Amino acid sequence: MHDVLVIGGGNAALCAALTAREAGASVLLLESSPREWRGGNSQHTRNLRCMHDAPQDVLVDAYPEDEYWRDLLGVTGGLTDEALARLVIRSTATCRDWMHRHGVHFQPSLSGALHTARTNAFFMGGGKALVNAYYRSAARLGVDIRYDAPVHSLELRDGEFVAARIGRERITARSCVVAAGGFESDREWLSEAWGQNEHGEWLADNFLIRGTRFNRGVLLKNLIESGADAIGDPSQSHCVAIDARAPLYDGGICTRVDCVSLGIMLNRNAERFYDEGEDFWPKRYAIWGRLVARQPGQIGYAIIDSKAIGRFMPPVFPGIRAETLDDLARQLGLDEARFMGTVTDYNAACRVGRFDHTLLDDCHTEGLTPAKTHWALPLDTPPYYGYALRPGITFTYLGLKVNEHAAVHFGGRPSRNLFVAGEMMAGNVLGKGYLAGIGMSIGTTFGRIAGTQAARAVQETNARERHAGV
Amino acid sequence: MQACEQVMDRGASDDAEAEVARVMQICNACRYCEGFCAVFPAMTRRIEFGKADAHYLANLCHNCGSCLHACQYAPPHEFVLNVPQAMARLRGKTYADYAWPACMGTAYRHAGVSIALALLASLVLFFLVPSGNLFERVDPPGSFFTLFPHGTLVWLFGVVFAWAALALGVGVGRFWRDVSPGAPNAAAATETTHAILTLKYLDGGHGEGCNNEDDAFSLWRRNFHHLTFYGFLLCFAATLAATFHHYVLGIHAPYALTSLPVVLGTVGGIGLVIGPAGLLWCNVRRHPLHGDTAQRPLDRGFMLLLLLTSASGLALLAWRDTAAMGVLLVVHLGAVMAFFLTLPYGKFAHGIYRSAALLKWAIEKRQPSRLKLGGD
Repeated sequence: MHDVLVIGGGNAALCAALTAREAGASVLLLESSPREWRGGNSQHTRNLRCMHDAPQDVLVDAYPEDEYWRDLLGVTGGLTDEALARLVIRSTATCRDWMHRHGVHFQPSLSGALHTARTNAFFMGGGKALVNAYYRSAARLGVDIRYDAPVHSLELRDGEFVAARIGRERITARSCVVAAGGFESDREWLSEAWGQNEHGEWLADNFLIRGTRFNRGVLLKNLIESGADAIGDPSQSHCVAIDARAPLYDGGICTRVDCVSLGIMLNRNAERFYDEGEDFWPKRYAIWGRLVARQPGQIGYAIIDSKAIGRFMPPVFPGIRAETLDDLARQLGLDEARFMGTVTDYNAACRVGRFDHTLLDDCHTEGLTPAKTHWALPLDTPPYYGYALRPGITFTYLGLKVNEHAAVHFGGRPSRNLFVAGEMMAGNVLGKGYLAGIGMSIGTTFGRIAGTQAARAVQETNARERHAGV
Repeated sequence: MQACEQVMDRGASDDAEAEVARVMQICNACRYCEGFCAVFPAMTRRIEFGKADAHYLANLCHNCGSCLHACQYAPPHEFVLNVPQAMARLRGKTYADYAWPACMGTAYRHAGVSIALALLASLVLFFLVPSGNLFERVDPPGSFFTLFPHGTLVWLFGVVFAWAALALGVGVGRFWRDVSPGAPNAAAATETTHAILTLKYLDGGHGEGCNNEDDAFSLWRRNFHHLTFYGFLLCFAATLAATFHHYVLGIHAPYALTSLPVVLGTVGGIGLVIGPAGLLWCNVRRHPLHGDTAQRPLDRGFMLLLLLTSASGLALLAWRDTAAMGVLLVVHLGAVMAFFLTLPYGKFAHGIYRSAALLKWAIEKRQPSRLKLGGD
């Protein structure tokens, strides 16, 4: 029997396994996926949001604790826990040394993401490189690792972990960390969470999953059904408008289409529905998934003209291209007359000043509802391009309630030997909205806390058994 | 859907250029690998990847493997993204397409046969031309020129070397003109020289080295390449020193063990044994998804030929005073001749094309980008 069982194979699980092993515990890690898909959503991540009071290796200027906290408060609208949030924020000031010791390399912001040069340390090679480094380090330290090991339930006694079950197999351990991800790839659960709209459409039927196909929320559901305290809203998630042609699962970063603020966004009825120029794209890209989800058919169409080409990150799929606007409408399958009406109205409403995509410029519309408040240039320069977009879920926020020791709670009481980290508890800190890189900050912080606490629980159990035995 | 299929369906076209364009289009929307090497920063300066761009990027790639192991879109993902393999396949095509004269491009496609034929022909040549008995001790012992007159060797190797230099020069000249970023300045030239001499892009971007059999980093491949490269340069220097001794100082071979040509040749020869042997060892253990397995005869044939050249050279030094000298000399000269004959049509060309690509990059990166991506 191992001392500590870690269920999950992404960043949080690996941080827990490494930390518990460093504390002297014997550790078994169970990853539900085959080896080549290991790492959960962490394989799609790219950076860590870090607090720092002065320039650090790959980070410029300073990003003090209070600013970080205010940013988090802003995006969550208060759906956060200040004590846990500050715990995460403070730990990001120092955790990179530990990460580096386990083989993670950092680099400055990527081209196309320079707005994060101050706040985010990027993993060289992205999240999969980080996951690879942690698995190598785990193997070196003697952590036992099993792939293709999907745990479907836990055996609990009075809020304490007893064993995990994979089919008929029963795996016991003295303590356990669950870090097995959210439920974004359980289509039924998503459908239930998002429900139907007034047209009788099940919204989630048209969603794509940017994250791993292995996050089906099996353990999350099992624990909630077993009486673990839950936190958060099941319809809250990181939800981006992504190319409708993206693969059903694991689309990752490259399926984003970053031209929305340079043109207009239409729904299936060829109507605009939101201010495309409300704020800088990096601050707004994560709202468009929910906006598109609320439109009929859960689909949107980003329309640009050739003035926008070369001004946004190149999308993975080429856009639908046409020499005339009516041809573009035809190719996109939109009603031609209504499309032309919307574009004509928009073009006529544009008040063009000095276009500057790096500023909140003065190009805006007048007398148009909804308005486009910045970067409003008429669509008048062929060729024209259109991209069909669908909601793409990266990860869900519904999770288990924790305290500062990452303990799973049952009826308000913390478990002695069952801990949780990563996506399964991120909702404690992130009730809604998103801040780039905070998922990895939460996963790393609580993964390490959970690992430390799981190893401590083992020592306590051993001490108790010795005492009882003698 | 057609556009989608272009991205998703690898193998829809077996065109190596189209595959590099497909791969780069996906990478350009991700960019996680930017820190590994020069390929990705060069990619971000483009939004379309035509034939010339594809060849340029392919030759900038050092096949370190980092981006494959770090890739969220690598197989079994439906994007089936394998940057090093796409680049390696296209490099094979670069060498063949830019070869001069064009008909010699076929030598790349049948690299194993080319090397074997060149070696066989060279060995036969040197077995036939000696002016003495190959199987007897010569007098004075170790005197190579008793068997092969100095002038004959100079002419033979001089002509072949000049031809090889011309052929490679024409090929790389065409390659240069296809994506021409302008003339190099001193800073660009210095940076390129540094990148070549240190094999900067086999350090993984973090100094721990490149990948070989798995996702772990190691400096072995880079170090073995250094031994090969500098070993080769020292052997070349030994030849120049011997030429200097012969014509300027009037001192004729065999040279003493402590003489400059022998010391340079011995040290270089040892590097040129360990280096290619190590590279061969790395190559055999290489992850199956790295590079282009169809080019193994090209890669391994070249390493074996280098190994034969250095091993026969060292053996010749060890046994030059015995009756074995004649045969060893024929083998050594044959190996060296085969090396020069295949120089412009074999793996050696990778160094020339890659150096040209590195210089292009050093020039290009100093110019402002024409793109203004909003995220920046």
